Amino acid sequence: MPGHRVTLGVERPMRLDSGAELGHFEVAYQTYGALNADRSNAILICHALTGDHYVLDRHPVTGKPGWWEMLVGPGKPVDTDRYFVICSNVIGGCMGSTGPKETDPATGKPYGLGFPVITIGDMVRAQKLLVEHLGIQQLFCVIGGSMGGMQVLQWAVAYPESVFAAVPIATAARHSAQNIAFHEVGRQAIMADPDWAGGNYLLEGTRPHRGLAVARMAAHITYLSEPALHRKFGRNLQNRQTVTYGFDADFQVESYLRHQGITFVERFDANSYLYITRAMDYFDLAADYGGGTLSNAFRKDGKGTPVRFCLASFSSDWLFPTSESRAIVHALNAVAANVSFVEIRTDKGHDSFLLDEPEFHQVIRGFLEGCAEHRGLTRVSWP
Amino acid sequence: MSPLDGNQAADRSASGNGIRTDLKLIAEMVEPGSRVLDVGCGDGALLAFLSRRKGVDGRGIELSMDGVHQCVAQGLPVIQGDAETDLKDYPPGAFDYVILSQTLQAMREPRTVLETMTRIGRRAIVSVPNFGYWRIRAQLLLTGRMPVTEKLGYQWWETPNIHFCTIKDFVALAGEMGLRIERCLIVNGAGRVTGHAHSGLANLLGEQGVFMLRRD
Repeated sequence: MPGHRVTLGVERPMRLDSGAELGHFEVAYQTYGALNADRSNAILICHALTGDHYVLDRHPVTGKPGWWEMLVGPGKPVDTDRYFVICSNVIGGCMGSTGPKETDPATGKPYGLGFPVITIGDMVRAQKLLVEHLGIQQLFCVIGGSMGGMQVLQWAVAYPESVFAAVPIATAARHSAQNIAFHEVGRQAIMADPDWAGGNYLLEGTRPHRGLAVARMAAHITYLSEPALHRKFGRNLQNRQTVTYGFDADFQVESYLRHQGITFVERFDANSYLYITRAMDYFDLAADYGGGTLSNAFRKDGKGTPVRFCLASFSSDWLFPTSESRAIVHALNAVAANVSFVEIRTDKGHDSFLLDEPEFHQVIRGFLEGCAEHRGLTRVSWP
Repeated sequence: MSPLDGNQAADRSASGNGIRTDLKLIAEMVEPGSRVLDVGCGDGALLAFLSRRKGVDGRGIELSMDGVHQCVAQGLPVIQGDAETDLKDYPPGAFDYVILSQTLQAMREPRTVLETMTRIGRRAIVSVPNFGYWRIRAQLLLTGRMPVTEKLGYQWWETPNIHFCTIKDFVALAGEMGLRIERCLIVNGAGRVTGHAHSGLANLLGEQGVFMLRRD
């Protein structure tokens, strides 16, 4: 697989939020562009639930183009001619970083459910070790959407001195009851599949493909808006003139969802899905850092956060609605932080941050340029 | 909808020295290097001017999405929000100046907005159109119809300006609220500064007033 891999937690194990310790763990990552002489132009991209570090590469399993080519690349808003872009697979993931499908050195068998439960905080802790390993004191920017946005917020709160600017997109400072409920449906689908085998499917030689596919289908609906689904499929029938009075995929939308489920299982590990959804469910910045008040999380030693924020939400996103971003903006205002906030009008739902949304891209470009000016970043000159 | 008519909104987008008269007067009142919140910052003309010319640490809040997009896309820290609901979160004295230009008359509760502005800012700078301006008085007197002027170009049924006041009214409210008027500029129809806020003449000749307020 393309990209880099580094073993971290060698000198001392990383202590997780659960109290467990993780030593000698792998982090798979990819970088684009060049680090400047004073190491001040690094941008860390945080991926979403089922994403990975192949931001610009053709995906090694699916062969699809990089997941954020719309936003990142030479001359793009996150300009790789100008910035050193890093993205790592989260721990608990299944694309090279240590997660439940990797081998537990203590037993010589896959971790399975023996893998410790991880949190967004743990993912970011691992990223911090990676960034230190790369010799970077302060990231110019941390940017990400959805679960990636949670990691951005976590970075800004846990390591404010290590982040110059933060761009949390289509995200929330805590997972809502509705969010947790949808995740639980996905997890139950996986665990109800007999091939899940109590989490030991790798040893049993089975794969809970049916359960994982159903989990993906349910989740995929939450990433789209009703108008977008209707525009794309309406009540159109799939390769037929009339309904069949059966339970075949009569409707195009059924066929589409089944396809989403089937292709997903090729590239994703079912136990990883359990662990990562759990990490999102546990996320609650106000409770963890603010004693129940979000603005306190952005305050340190009586002073407001020095991090510059740009929040973006999408008007048709009902999974992480604008109200969630606005709650973060209000908390940042309460500490008089430097914050920009834009709601992008679109009917494409939560997934909009991955799609061609020119207005959104302009906002990111403008914000980064403004920050670069304040940070004293000049363009990297190329021979 | 901008509280001003289309021509005025376009004026505001002019950059550099081309910014609107009242914005220029406001900019002159702001100390270099201070912390500024521009409430209803539009497309960011004043914020950009203050940031570049005066080195202020400027923030903005704007209701219209178009305005917010234009601001953020040029690197200005602006949030989409409503002055009447989104100002209250800021801590007391968070800014040296909180600016509100030509928008007070469009607020549902102008008095509350003024109170909040003078709490979160050490000073508030407010520009208001003067409904006591002679041309407006003359229109109402002579035609018996609601005045529509070059600067306030809306018909009564479409105007966002729901709380008009005169300069005299504004001065009275400031007094009632215990706000000290530290500076005041009365601008006549030709855009020239004229008169004193407390003179009856200002209330007649001034097309707008720019006030710098602070809580006593």
